[in-house]
Formats: sequence, structure tokens, C-alpha cells
Amino acid sequence: MHRRTIGASLLLLLSVASTGAIAQPAQPAQAGTTLSPMDERMRACTSCHGVQGQGRNNDYFPRIAGKPADYLFNQLSAFRDGGRTYPPMGYLLAFLPDEDLHRIAQYFAGFQPPYPNPDSAPVPPAVLDYGKQLVMNGDPARKVPACAACHGAKLTGTEPGIPGLLGLHASYIAGQMGTWRSGTRHALAPDCMHTIATRLSERDIYAVSNWLSRQPRPDDPRPVPPGDVKLPLACGSEPQ
Amino acid sequence: MMNRISQLASHALKHRSVSAVVVTAIAGIAASMLLSGAASAQEASAAATSTATAAAADTRPAIVVRGEYLARAGDCVACHTAPRGRLFAGGLPMETPFGTLYSPNITPNAQYGIGSWTKDAFFNMMRTGKLPDGKLIYPAMPIAQYTKVTREDSDAIYAYLRSIPPVAQENRPHELKFPFNQRDLLIGWRTLYFREGAYQPDPTKSVEWNRGAYLVEGLGHCTMCHTQINMLGGSSQSDQFAGGLIPVQKWYAPSLTSDKDGGLGDWSIKDIVDLLQAGNSSRGAVYGPMAEVTFHSLQYLSDDDVKAMAVYLKALPSNTGRKAGPSASTETTVFAHGANVYKDKCAVCHGDNGKGNAPKYPPLANNQSIEMDSAVNPIRIVLNGGFPPGTKRNLEPYGMPPFGQELSDDDAAAVVTYIRTAWGNHGLPVTPREVNDLRKAPLR
Repeated sequence: MHRRTIGASLLLLLSVASTGAIAQPAQPAQAGTTLSPMDERMRACTSCHGVQGQGRNNDYFPRIAGKPADYLFNQLSAFRDGGRTYPPMGYLLAFLPDEDLHRIAQYFAGFQPPYPNPDSAPVPPAVLDYGKQLVMNGDPARKVPACAACHGAKLTGTEPGIPGLLGLHASYIAGQMGTWRSGTRHALAPDCMHTIATRLSERDIYAVSNWLSRQPRPDDPRPVPPGDVKLPLACGSEPQ
Repeated sequence: MMNRISQLASHALKHRSVSAVVVTAIAGIAASMLLSGAASAQEASAAATSTATAAAADTRPAIVVRGEYLARAGDCVACHTAPRGRLFAGGLPMETPFGTLYSPNITPNAQYGIGSWTKDAFFNMMRTGKLPDGKLIYPAMPIAQYTKVTREDSDAIYAYLRSIPPVAQENRPHELKFPFNQRDLLIGWRTLYFREGAYQPDPTKSVEWNRGAYLVEGLGHCTMCHTQINMLGGSSQSDQFAGGLIPVQKWYAPSLTSDKDGGLGDWSIKDIVDLLQAGNSSRGAVYGPMAEVTFHSLQYLSDDDVKAMAVYLKALPSNTGRKAGPSASTETTVFAHGANVYKDKCAVCHGDNGKGNAPKYPPLANNQSIEMDSAVNPIRIVLNGGFPPGTKRNLEPYGMPPFGQELSDDDAAAVVTYIRTAWGNHGLPVTPREVNDLRKAPLR
């Protein structure tokens, strides 16, 4: 029942947001300004993920800012309920109800802090070319869809449930692909990322993650509206 | 975890009159259309949903509604529903020092659940701790507490469990180490620790006190954590509610009988009620395993019942008072280092003077959780942080950040030493070694 109510109000919120009627999210708290109750409540999150969810320069505290709210909610509930296993996250979220996870997701979806510097460790150009090829075009022979087919032509994500792929370190992206492949990270069924990850080799993942982590910040980092993009395969987190 | 609540909620919805919901929904849509011609369909349906939610009455038989309430008082869901599992279908692994037990299916499925049990068989299980075939139940089930439940309450819980959707999910066998996999050993355990029989009211005490005692000692099974468990997995009567380290989970359950070590004797009834039911209070918040109890169980109990528990809990401690005298002496450099860490990381919420800003930020000065003999909880809260549970009375809890990733063992030991000995607090210093040991404590 909670879910239905929230689902309806989220729909409402999204429909208003897409017509531009809703105000831009509150600007992040700066030193010396008054903190909102949400800024204060989220200290348990921002002490690791940064005051605007920009992430830290390591693989444990990734960027969460500006990702689609439904995507963030799916991750929060997965940590809480066991779809993703990272004990410190599961522990923090264990006794927060869905309503609050939606509030937290909306909060961090509303930020667009500056992106970190792209990765710059030397990687052979041929590897990066191959990575770009997979990201933008996929490999139809192996039924590997292009990342861009779902994550948006500019890879900034697609509302409501598909995250952007920029602003993340290569090691984080590769790590997540590994957990999908091994099945320790689950998305809502059907788990399309698990399907895709099992079709990728180590070489593919290395190339894709390194190319992605070297891309500059896009001019408009917001996730794109769903439009009428037909996903190349069924994904539980982006029902069509 | 919320799955359970969603399931409970959607389950409750099913039992409500469908026609009433539909009628209200249509009325809601019509009303919102009339009020605002431009209202979007989503807006209307959102309004209809909330109207329906508010208006739909629980049409289940009274005994089922009461049984659901009592099942919550007994926190059955915490063990008998697995994460992302079906309601009461069991399968939750419970790690104990003796091996892993898996909670059984208690849905009305005849093959795997309790579908073939009679009301008498269910009551017999609650009272005697034996399955209908005579097998002894492992005391991971609070049999020594549930034996105190009245026949009437047992029948209500039975009626409720019969009303939930049956789930055909096979039970997973326990994985106990030898010799604990020998069920006959339970005969010995029961001789030592099991006293069969309903709660006997104390006629010298008030009705309210007796109601509280019935809930705390019976369905609430508070003693399962708040009494030290011994090597045999039992707890002696003389240690009743004296507190202790919870095995495996490595959280310290405070004493309920000594105000020196966590007792609630000098708390106001309001603060105890707030702590139990809302999950936070002007004296502190629940965390760790107690957050789970408030989340799944206590937040759903009536004001009267929680107040009765508070009256009983407040009366439990002997009248020996709180710790007194000067604070323990500490190494000057450690205290100074702790003060610096505190100023840098903690003071923004808990204040320079440790007074906090309750209920958002609990006070640390004069806080029994900080002063307890065991330093386990203060160390773990600094390392792991935590959110109090999101409850009906505290929908938007304030989270404590984890600091384990940014404080060294020395830093964390210094700051915990500082908060345990500053502001007139009566805790003892802690060592980096203690901090290091608790970094390995499990987080679920």
C-alpha cells in the first residue's frame, strides 16, 4: 500500500518535473549557510560520499549525485534488502522505510556537483578505441548491446532508472561489472546487466571502463527523459 | 526489511473490503476532478489512493486483527521472514555460537508451514516449546518467554497466522555443530532454563505494571538479549535482565536492572516510551539490534502497552543510583588527542559540551550508553555510525556518520576515551586494541 501511494506521488512528481514546473533542487549547503533538515539528516551519507554526493577519490564511495532518483532508490533498497552486498551500506539502511529511501534518492538526484578529473593513467590508444567501439556500438555478433543504447547517447543516464556512466573511476566500473557477472550484485529482474556482463570478457571490461573514465564532463550532465527509446533487452529497473 | 512491512501492508489491504476501496477511490477521483479541472490523472489517482488508505476500514475478524498486533508484540516477523522473502515463510539464517539455524515456515501451508496444526497444537507449542510431533524446539525460538503467553493471546496469534497467504516453501535444515545437532541435549537445557507456565500476575503491583511485565517477559522476549547468555546458551535467573554482550552480533545489551549500567530507573516514563516506540528520545536513540526491535515490533504497539512496558522497566532497577564520583583519570595526551578529534568530527552535532541537541543529536554527557562498563557500543557507534529506525513517530531519522574509514584505531580509542571521561562522565578509557577487535564485528 505504501508502495502504491509512493509510486503515484512519484509519478506525479516526475510528470511535474518534466514540464519544468518544479523548482530546481535546493543548492547544496555551503559553509556559513543554514543547513536544511535533509542536509543535516544526510550527514551519515555525505561524510563518505561528499556533501553533494560527488564521491571520493576511491572506489568505495562512488559519485551518487545527479543519478536518476529511481536508480538511486533501487540501489538503496538493494543494499537494504540484499540485492547488493556491501555490509556498511546494508547496516546503515537496514531500518529505513521505502518512504525515506525515496526522499534520500530525490535528495542526491537533485545535485550536479563538478565532475572529478578524468582518469589519466596510461592505457594504449588501441584499447581505448576498442572500448569506445563497444560503448557506442556494442558487438552485435555476441549480442552485446551498446552502453549508449540504454545509458543515453551522451552516457548521462536515462530517466527514471538508468544511471549515467561518467564521472566514475575505471576501477569502480570494472569492479561493478565483475559483481554483476559473478551474481553478487543483482538488479530487479529481469537483470539485464547480469546478462550483458556474462557476455563480456576481461578485455572488454578493461577497455570499456578505461574509455568511460577518460571522458570529459558533458555540457548537460542531466539524465535524458525516457523518450521512446526501445531498450535492446528487458530490464527490471526500467520497465517498458 | 521493508519488504516485510510492504507485504504486511499489502496483505492488510487484501483483507479490507474491496468494494469500499473502489467506491472511495471513485469518489476521490471525482472530487479532485471537480476541485481542479486541470488535475492530471496521476494527481487524481494519488489523491484517490490516499483517500482510500484513510477511509478503508479493517474488516478482518477482530481476533485476526488482535493476533496480528500480538504477532508484532512478539516480533515474529524479525526471524520468520527472510530479506526479500515471502511473509512468514521462514528461511532466515540465524547464526549462533552453536551453528546456523534457519527459521521455519509458519504460513498456513499444510506441507511446509503450520497449515495442518490445530489451535490446540499451536498453543501446546507456545506453552511447552514442543512441536506437534513431540520434538523439542531449539531455544533460538524464545520458548522460555512465549510459555508465559495466555491461551487467549495464543489463539489470536494462531487465527492471524491462519489468515495470511500460505507459502509452499520448504524448510531448510539447521546446520549445527556436533554435539549441538543432537536434539536430546535440549532435555538438559530445558531442565536448567525452561520453566513452563503462563505469566503469573503479581497482586502487589498495579494492573499497568503487570501488563508491562507480561509483555516484557513474555511476547517481547527482552531477556533473550538483555540477559547474559552462558556457554550452554542459557541464562540464569539471578542474571535476569542484567545485560550482556550479544554473541555473534557483538553489541552490548545494557542492563535493565542497574542504573549504573543502563537501567531506566531515573528516566521519565515519556522518555522510555519515546525510546521504545519512536526510536529516539531526549536521552538517546535505539541502535544496533534494538533498532530492529523498534522497527519491526515496538513502533506498532499501542501507547497504553508501551507505557505499561515503560512502567515495568522503570521499576526494574534496584535503587542504587547512577555511577557517581570523579571521572576516571586518563593519559593526558590521549585525552587531548580525543578532545581534538571530538572538536573536529563530533562537536558540530553533539556540541562542545556534549549536551547534544535531542532528539536529533543525543546528548553524550550523562548518557548511560556512553558510560557503561562495556565500551562496545560507544566504539561501534563511532566506527559504524547508524540511523535510528524510521518509525511512524520518527519518519525522518537523523543519521550518525560512520567514522571507521577515516579514524585510526588510536584516533577512535582517543575520542571514545574522551567522551567516556569528559563532562563528568563515568566511563573508563578504551584501548586501540579494543577498537581494532570491533572493526571485525558483523554489520548485519
